[in-house]
Amino acid sequence: MKTNPSPSPSHSLPGSDDITRAVLDNGIVVLARANFNSPSVYLSGYFSAGSLFDPHEKLGLASFTASALMRGTQKRDFQEIYDALESVAAHLGFSTSVHSSGFSGRALAEDLPLLLDLLSDTLREPLFPETQVERLRAQILTGLAIRAQDTSEMARLVFDELLYADHPYARPEDGFPETIQNITVNDLIQFHRIHYGPRGMVITIVGAVEPQQAVEQVRQALGGWQNPLQPEPPPLPPFCPPDKPRRRHHAIPGKSQVDIDMGGSGPMRRDPDYLAAALGNSVLGQFGLMGRIGDIVRERSGLAYYAYSSLNAGLGPGTWDVCAGVNPSNLEKAVDLIRGELIRFVTEGVTEQELADSQANFIGRLPLSLESNAGVANALLSIERYGLGLDYYREYAGLVQAVTPEDVLAVARKFIDPERLVIATAGP
Amino acid sequence: MPEITEIKLQNGLKILLKEIHTAPIISFWVWYRVGSRDEINGQTGISHWVEHMQFKGTPRFPASVLDRAISRDGGMWNAFTYLDWTTYFETMPADKIELALHLEADRMVNSTFDPQEVASERTVVISEREGNENEPLFLLGEAVQAAAFRVHPYHHEVIGDLADLHLISRDDLYNHYRTYYTPNNAVVAVAGDFETQVMLQKIRSFYEDIPPGPEPPRLVREEPPQRGEIRLTVEGPGETTYIQTAYHCPPAAHPDFFPLTVLDSLLTGPSSLNMFGGGGTSNRTSRLYRALVEKDLAVSVGGGMMATIDPYLYNITITVHPQRKPEEVLIALDTEIGRLQQERVTEAEVARAIKQARALFAYGSENITNQAFWLGYAEMFASYQWFLNYLERLASVTPEEVQRVAQTYFRPQNRVVGIYLPSGSGDKTA
Repeated sequence: MKTNPSPSPSHSLPGSDDITRAVLDNGIVVLARANFNSPSVYLSGYFSAGSLFDPHEKLGLASFTASALMRGTQKRDFQEIYDALESVAAHLGFSTSVHSSGFSGRALAEDLPLLLDLLSDTLREPLFPETQVERLRAQILTGLAIRAQDTSEMARLVFDELLYADHPYARPEDGFPETIQNITVNDLIQFHRIHYGPRGMVITIVGAVEPQQAVEQVRQALGGWQNPLQPEPPPLPPFCPPDKPRRRHHAIPGKSQVDIDMGGSGPMRRDPDYLAAALGNSVLGQFGLMGRIGDIVRERSGLAYYAYSSLNAGLGPGTWDVCAGVNPSNLEKAVDLIRGELIRFVTEGVTEQELADSQANFIGRLPLSLESNAGVANALLSIERYGLGLDYYREYAGLVQAVTPEDVLAVARKFIDPERLVIATAGP
Repeated sequence: MPEITEIKLQNGLKILLKEIHTAPIISFWVWYRVGSRDEINGQTGISHWVEHMQFKGTPRFPASVLDRAISRDGGMWNAFTYLDWTTYFETMPADKIELALHLEADRMVNSTFDPQEVASERTVVISEREGNENEPLFLLGEAVQAAAFRVHPYHHEVIGDLADLHLISRDDLYNHYRTYYTPNNAVVAVAGDFETQVMLQKIRSFYEDIPPGPEPPRLVREEPPQRGEIRLTVEGPGETTYIQTAYHCPPAAHPDFFPLTVLDSLLTGPSSLNMFGGGGTSNRTSRLYRALVEKDLAVSVGGGMMATIDPYLYNITITVHPQRKPEEVLIALDTEIGRLQQERVTEAEVARAIKQARALFAYGSENITNQAFWLGYAEMFASYQWFLNYLERLASVTPEEVQRVAQTYFRPQNRVVGIYLPSGSGDKTA
């Protein structure tokens, strides 16, 4: 076993000299990095079968399909799949977003071949047995009924609807009760037959396994997979930010607290001003105890237990929004305070000092976020998905330092328009 | 497993150190032996509120300075209040950890508890409680816990009752702080990239001069045995019915805790004891998942117990299938419990539970914060030795013991059954 005594900070960050990247003949990209500090491995990845492919009346189809993969395959039934995993306390699960579906798993290193065999089995040969599909449908519907009672999730859902309007990002990946009811077993089979394949698939393996061996194990498990039917993902239609303010309240009677989700659109992850927006967002509602937003709403006004801003940047137009949970009698006061901070943010921007604080935070916390195998695996997936380059985390400090207060002000003004805010609320 | 250094300072402060040189990170924790178990009626929630006030600053480190200093260095910091303990931690780049030692020593003694800050935090804590009340499972859990403990202060939720959150004064908070925040009532636990002697020297320089306090008072209010099953309902918004059954079970230091851990693994799936990182496995092959979810009586089931000082609860939480009645689910639940009591489990099932526990341990060891957490956490209800012996103790569990604890603790007379009835479903109840 390799040991790694007291590494210097720069060496603990992943880079081109310790990330192995391989492309299999069928197009699957494999990224691997060794970590022998603990006897476990973490595996994660994605493939292009996201909810963008869902027909309107069957919204949730991609998500339903991914959730049903582990309900039985040609080789193993449901109990056999989970008996194999749980007997060795391994984990494997699937999830779906707009552009892709993904998987993640963990196991002791000795059980990695088993994990990959199960991954291959469930991705390539799921059976979608009817009783299992119906059981899963009841679980999904219960999940949606619980979502309908969750004030923060409903505020988020309304926010996306208001902001994205006709754009596909307005739709929740997990669908609605009526669209889930419309999905048949045959829909799942057809969705899988057409959309599942090696094209666009990325897999990372991080942990107590030699990278070359990890690549070889992936090759054995998935290297022979082909699907000539697999289509290109549909192009994203253009997105137009709102030309006037949009506000809606979603009533959930009987609740004690109302959730607010307000803001607008944000940059794409690949945009050159992404880091400026991320640093600006840190000052606005993240740094320390939730930045300026936390300071005004929680610390100084005592209105909320949580109040923060977030930047959600992916392949397409993102969001930049503020969330808070408040007593219904304080709703308008909180909305006004948040609006006031957003006005200040796009008028004055951030000070040198505030920016320097957040820059130090971004650089200082990097080793911490890359401490676990899962943290490194997620970092490798971001590198691949957004084309950041294998040395991105080694170059990160310089990129962060290069951002100026002017950059932050420019990107804040580009995306946040206090006169045209989207304001979604959910609660009593 | 790396060696542990354990030392007690003159003022009674216990220190546990574990060198781990896998990443340039150190995680520093201070644990206080105070939690909701130390709260009398009229002051419920006070421990948690004190924890909030500990972020409001001292003359030396005013709130804004403190927060900024940690965050600038890329540190992660937080605090938790629970039944038996309150804890504060900072995980930071190794070369910056001195700040954490300094500020934790400072706020062990010097927090201000400014009346204006108390007033503004009162509404923050109330808001936190209102957020919890939005969750059906919080409402159900609070009712079940209160029914399970008539006498013992485990009766109330850590967040406290709304009435008390309105009543508690600045002086109440400050007194609670001064009474329980003493070096002789605390444990410092550090794990990460340091040399033990150097770290020890630093800790001495910050903590040795803090004077000990009087031994803090303890509420001794033993819960009398329950004299029959308690059933209750909670009504509220939604469409989903939940069941929570709570069985009185022994504390972590009791030998039966280990066969119960194996039983838990078989009944509802293995529970991870890690607070940070790791993650667990699923529970689809557990007996209750098969009996309830695979039979379309429930859409999910989970269960587990906590490591506590005094006897607490083994909880099973079930999300009822939308087409089923809770009574049908309870019958199936009791059939499975009966099976554990009547039929001895196999050696293979016990061995499987132990392999699961071993893997969950390995996952938890990826993360330095989690390792430092364990150093102190185990001290709060037993000792670090408890943690070191954990896998060995599990490995010695026999099928006979599993059967015996099922018979001893999983009796209807020893449980509270709570049902959350949603007002939005077929029969309107609210």
